[in-house]
Amino acid sequence: MTQAVTTQHHEPVENTSTGLNSRKLLMWAFLGSDVMFFGAFIATYLVYRGKSLVGPYPDEILNIPVTSVSTFVLLMSSLAMVLGLHYVKEGNRGKATLWILMVVVLGAVFMGFQFVEFREFAHEGLTPRTNIFGTTFFILTGIHGAHVTIGVIWMAFLAYSSHTGKLRPDNALDLEIAGLYWHFVDIVWIVIFTVIYLISATDGAPAGVERVIHG
Amino acid sequence: MTTKALTFPRLFPRPKADTGIWSWIGTVDHKRIGTLYGITAFIWFIVGGLEALLIRAQLASAESTLIGPEAFNQLFTMHGTTMVFLVIMPLSAAFFNWLIPLQIGARDVAFPRLNALSFWIFLFGSLIINASFLTGNAPNGGWFGYAPNSGATFNPGLGMTYWVVGLNILGVASIAAGLNFIVTILNMRAPGMGMFKIPIFTWMTLITSVLIVLAMPILAVAGIQLQTDRVYGTHFFNSLGGGDPVMWQHIFWLFGHPEVYILILPAMGIVSEVLPTFARKPLFGYPFVVLAGAAIAFMGWFVWSHHMFTVGLGPAVNTAFAVSTMLIAVPTGVKIFNWLGTLWGGNIRLNTPMLFSISFIAMFTIGGLSGVMHASPPTDSQQQDTYFVVAHFHYVLVGGALLGIFSGIYFWWPKFTGYFLNEKLGIANWALMMIGFNFTFAPMHWLGMDGMPRRIYTYAENMGWEGSNLAASIGGLILGLGILVFIINVFYSRMKKVMAGNDPWDGRTLEWATTSPPPVHDFDEIPQVKYRDDFWFQKYPETISEYYHDEHDQAVPSGAQIDGDDAEANAELPVVTGSADDHGDEHGHGGIHLPDMSYYPFILAFGLAIFGVAFVTDGLVLFAGAPFFIWGLLGWSMEPVND
Repeated sequence: MTQAVTTQHHEPVENTSTGLNSRKLLMWAFLGSDVMFFGAFIATYLVYRGKSLVGPYPDEILNIPVTSVSTFVLLMSSLAMVLGLHYVKEGNRGKATLWILMVVVLGAVFMGFQFVEFREFAHEGLTPRTNIFGTTFFILTGIHGAHVTIGVIWMAFLAYSSHTGKLRPDNALDLEIAGLYWHFVDIVWIVIFTVIYLISATDGAPAGVERVIHG
Repeated sequence: MTTKALTFPRLFPRPKADTGIWSWIGTVDHKRIGTLYGITAFIWFIVGGLEALLIRAQLASAESTLIGPEAFNQLFTMHGTTMVFLVIMPLSAAFFNWLIPLQIGARDVAFPRLNALSFWIFLFGSLIINASFLTGNAPNGGWFGYAPNSGATFNPGLGMTYWVVGLNILGVASIAAGLNFIVTILNMRAPGMGMFKIPIFTWMTLITSVLIVLAMPILAVAGIQLQTDRVYGTHFFNSLGGGDPVMWQHIFWLFGHPEVYILILPAMGIVSEVLPTFARKPLFGYPFVVLAGAAIAFMGWFVWSHHMFTVGLGPAVNTAFAVSTMLIAVPTGVKIFNWLGTLWGGNIRLNTPMLFSISFIAMFTIGGLSGVMHASPPTDSQQQDTYFVVAHFHYVLVGGALLGIFSGIYFWWPKFTGYFLNEKLGIANWALMMIGFNFTFAPMHWLGMDGMPRRIYTYAENMGWEGSNLAASIGGLILGLGILVFIINVFYSRMKKVMAGNDPWDGRTLEWATTSPPPVHDFDEIPQVKYRDDFWFQKYPETISEYYHDEHDQAVPSGAQIDGDDAEANAELPVVTGSADDHGDEHGHGGIHLPDMSYYPFILAFGLAIFGVAFVTDGLVLFAGAPFFIWGLLGWSMEPVND
């Protein structure tokens, strides 16, 4: 069945002033808006770096190796996304469904990592109420996690659409637009991973504040 | 390979009525949505105006105990919040909705259901924020909500929670509308209408929409941070936990300064349409007006700390923001000179819209100049938190934005309704507003210079402020009288119905090419555009040579001929034709394709509103909103645009 469908696909010409699809343009504009949303939270985090008056401090609690694994998982989900779109455009329903499902699975694994991390931190005494690091960390990564959750639900619907044959080469744009969102959330995580985990990994107590080791 | 379309079971039949309550709840027509925005915003305008009159009643005499400090705090907070978010923004949105598709020769916005969703979210958000009065917990921390005064420690009631939740809901509505208009203006232009041929109001709408889309998320962030601080005990603005209240000011004003351009740019767009029409000349320096608008919007991101000169950020920071603030006066001045250049040598008619627009230039210039005064940190240190600042921003927001909006109302009323607003009542409306406005706010300049602080519910008898305050209060009543005359005018004109025809002012842009009021499908035939002010040159082809010197450009527009330069704009657009007389088909628009009505935007917005209610009552209420939210979302996503 899949071989019968032509692999030659070209973008449909849009009846718009710019030639760009309106829904796609809407998603790009929305992502511009979302950049400001994340940007304000990331800026807040950076301004408040190293300002915690009590522990646990980042250098006591961040687990870089584990989060590197979850980051890798999320990055691979973007690869799955690209392959899923490729096979939808080719009309290869089976492979398309498989790769879109892979996006869902990898996204869910990332969420699982985040859930375990949050629980672990809470267990070690870091909550949003503990100090300014806890406040900025949980809200920023939590907002990002909410974006991933929305993406996973969206992708699950698209995987179902692909499975039932509703997602075809001629409406591959449905997946492409969801893909724009997915890649964006992925890219934001690269920034968050860099800013919170890599740069702040050695942040301890600010000068003049006595470090108390928490049991 | 068979495909089964996903469908969602309908609880109600898809609304089809042209009249009655369902025709409004289910509407996706940009003109009806514009009307809904306009009426709702005008009702809030009356509410916000009454709040202002109560404030002025309290301040009319020294040591007055008329309403007391607590109610005073609630009134000035809700007056500011209402006028910014529930009046000027949605009144601008009413014009965007009504005019943008008409000005660019389109049949609707790019996403009609999203447009309906924006309105319903706005309506519910505005109701939630005002419901705080009913529970006796109106917000009382100022429209700027400064932490830590807005935090749980110093403000334990529910008031600021209503404020945060209401603003975040309104933010969703604004962002959705902003996205919609960006895509509409970029993608839905008539064949031949390149970006530098779109009407100037459309340009200002595009720039405003970009600002809305980029600025409102920052307010959302501020709101979320304040809300988690208040309810969940985080430390964003709590210095005991390592946070910093000054951070609130940075985030709020990073949103707040672009916000003031969101308020003024649409009015500038309106004035830039009215002046050329009533001077019977093209807008002077169209590209400069466009680029100055874009420059104002861009530079507006780099001036926020001028709201914080007295915070103590240090001379280096203050200097940088003083320079950027003074620079922004340059593109603003460019616009003012362009408007004057438009009037210069024009064949001027002084109808009501023109009176409002000329007054706009004068009053906005006064407000702009006092703004340049605060751009200097030493001067601002004297003026910060005094009535001088109140005078300044009322000159730009009432003397600027509101006069522009009134100009637009008188200008486009014949297009919206088919009949004129009465000219004599209009002039009375204008005169009373101008007298009342200047009596109210001019004395505040000297009150501020004399040191009278803002946001203080009373003042001592021996300060010498009584005369000016009384004048301001009387001025407020005159201003209110002017608004009353406007309301009378609306009803009187509706009764008399002096019909206007399609093009009563000898207009220049495409909205005047269709009937008044326009048919549901806006244009029987999508216009072909060759020139800026294309409609004008279709009426007066002999004037083309005055403005276009290339012979190729001077060919009379035939309606089908398209300039080769605009291939990018028209190559893909088929000419959609269809006669309005042919009412044979089911949709009744002569075969013209229009989206069907839908009740899902209303359902989705209702679910979102219940989520909002949950934040001011009990988290369990979230479960009441979820069914509506999911119903609206799923129903919408699986509903075809047309059945």
